[in-house]
Amino acid sequence: MSRQHDFDWLRLAYRHMVTIRALDKKAVALQRTGQMRTYPSSLGQEAVGIGIGMAMQDKDVYAPYYRDQATLYLRGVRLSQILQLWGGDERGHLFEGPAARDLPICVPIATQLTQAAGVAVALKSRHEKQAVVTSCGDGATSRGDFYEALNLAGLWQLPLVTVINNNQWAISVPRHLQTGTETLSQKAVAAGIEGIQVDGNDVAAVHDAVSAALEKARSGKGATLIEAVTYRLGDHTTADDATRYRDKQQVSDAWQNEPIKRLQTWLHDNNEWSAGQEQALQKEVQQLIEKAVTDYLAAEAQPVDEFLQFQYEKMTPALLEQQALIKARSEQGRDNS
Amino acid sequence: MSNKQPQVHELTMVEAVNLALRRALNDDENVVILGEDVGTNGGVFRATEGLKQDFGFKRVMDTPLAESMIAGMSVGMATQGMRPVAEIQFMGFIFAAFEQIVCHAARMRNRTRGRLQCPLVIRAPFGGGIQAPEHHSESTEALFAHIPGLKVVIPSSPTRAYGLLLSAIASNDPVVFLEPKRIYRMIRHRVTDHGQGLPLDTCFTLKQGSDVTLVSWGAMVHETLQAARKLEADGISAEVIDVATISPLDFETIRRSVRHTGRCVIIQEAARNGGVASEISARIGESCLPWMKAPVQRVTGFDATMPYPRHEHLYMPTTDDIVAAARQTLEGI
Repeated sequence: MSRQHDFDWLRLAYRHMVTIRALDKKAVALQRTGQMRTYPSSLGQEAVGIGIGMAMQDKDVYAPYYRDQATLYLRGVRLSQILQLWGGDERGHLFEGPAARDLPICVPIATQLTQAAGVAVALKSRHEKQAVVTSCGDGATSRGDFYEALNLAGLWQLPLVTVINNNQWAISVPRHLQTGTETLSQKAVAAGIEGIQVDGNDVAAVHDAVSAALEKARSGKGATLIEAVTYRLGDHTTADDATRYRDKQQVSDAWQNEPIKRLQTWLHDNNEWSAGQEQALQKEVQQLIEKAVTDYLAAEAQPVDEFLQFQYEKMTPALLEQQALIKARSEQGRDNS
Repeated sequence: MSNKQPQVHELTMVEAVNLALRRALNDDENVVILGEDVGTNGGVFRATEGLKQDFGFKRVMDTPLAESMIAGMSVGMATQGMRPVAEIQFMGFIFAAFEQIVCHAARMRNRTRGRLQCPLVIRAPFGGGIQAPEHHSESTEALFAHIPGLKVVIPSSPTRAYGLLLSAIASNDPVVFLEPKRIYRMIRHRVTDHGQGLPLDTCFTLKQGSDVTLVSWGAMVHETLQAARKLEADGISAEVIDVATISPLDFETIRRSVRHTGRCVIIQEAARNGGVASEISARIGESCLPWMKAPVQRVTGFDATMPYPRHEHLYMPTTDDIVAAARQTLEGI
């Protein structure tokens, strides 16, 4: 682990990662019992999201992709809101606090990168000494928006940090069928920016890389591409079955290197973590998650016509007409299960 | 506001676009212009001529040649309070930006429950009739009009280009602003640089009439007005409506007119199938049938790829086509 990180920092990172893993586990369980919609677990890649989140300052701006609940959590998005989002309620996107200016999670692939570049242009043109972090999966590196954003970031020296969460899989397509390049970070060369590869299962390494890139960005020295190498231990989403396309042995090998157990072992080996501490943490996290679930399930229902209200700043005559139809449908007691 | 009298200019439509951009850059520091060739070159149609020289690169940005990025970065900028006005050089090239416009610009407010909004304008010259190469003459406005969350605005005169563009830039919703390039330099109007926008929620009734309603937008408004004059010479009184903002559509103005005249011809340059004319026609069918004296007629392009220049004249609707359709509604079924 890095010399920059004392044991208190590492214990905090560990706590965050354990929290996110517990949230994931609960979300999947809720989905299996019909209380959650399709959910993309971040099982195995908690170190990337937590490393990014702990490196960012509140005033920076974040442009996440859809598997970034760990970073969102550290940006101040409530765990219950993350559940709300994947539970089918747009109000999960009512980010507050440090995340108030952050972009919403992005489901189309790589489109958040060009948007993040635009955010960086806005910050730079206003001489705001802050930076933008965006993240994507390895599959996103095949798309035009990935190259177009990096190209602009290099050309205009934008305060942009792009983190590729290289979890080896774009649903069923492995990394080696995605690109002919040896690494994903080397794609930075074509954009004229720095590209680095880090161990994405080492939360301190991710944190160091992102911190350095952010410092560089904030001081006007331009963009960085960081490839965090990790492994998606779970399915792509709850609608996926990864046993259809991947080798059991590979997955069990990956479990040997997963970020949470690895950090726990390190702390334990340095006499900085005990079974008692672990037990206390698990209990505490469990309570946190239960509270999030309670809040999520107790959230007041969205008004039935709310999805008409945010299409435009003001309701149009056509939408006002259609509002009556929605109300009538709702009053007929249509089932939404 | 200064006490100076607003200046009045005799302008073509493209010059009116330029004047509106200049006014917007001047009045609001959050407004920026970006796109391919918009800076030093002033745009291939010169819509942004002189702006970079006067406002600098930070306000008028020549971007790399990448439409998805132009739209995507505009989305990012707009979420942070800027007002980007992006130019896509020709509408035929807008499809690389389609995903950003449809999946992100149009949905940002809804996705975030209004936490973020996306006040951007995507300008693109569109339409045929100038003998241009392939992909330079499309009229695919209906693709954007179909998308909730977008406003789609099409001026048909220098005055409306100035006023509608100012309102598009001031709008807190994303606007696809389509400029009919065939009439970029066809007419000159006196345009007053008063900084006042025109409403985006109303059609413009250009001529009152009592026998038939002619509904159009963009360049075809000119053939439509000519048709109205020809009909007038024969004693037929046509009302002419310029839809201007095709989405959200001000159907009330059309409904009122059609209920008055009992006859309607909708004129669009775009292909017939699934176009804006189809939507207007459907709405007339839903709410005006008891008032109708004849079926609604559409005068449109063909359901074909825009032909190369040698056959383009056969594709474009003409004044005579409109007159014939109007006469047909007068002759009954």
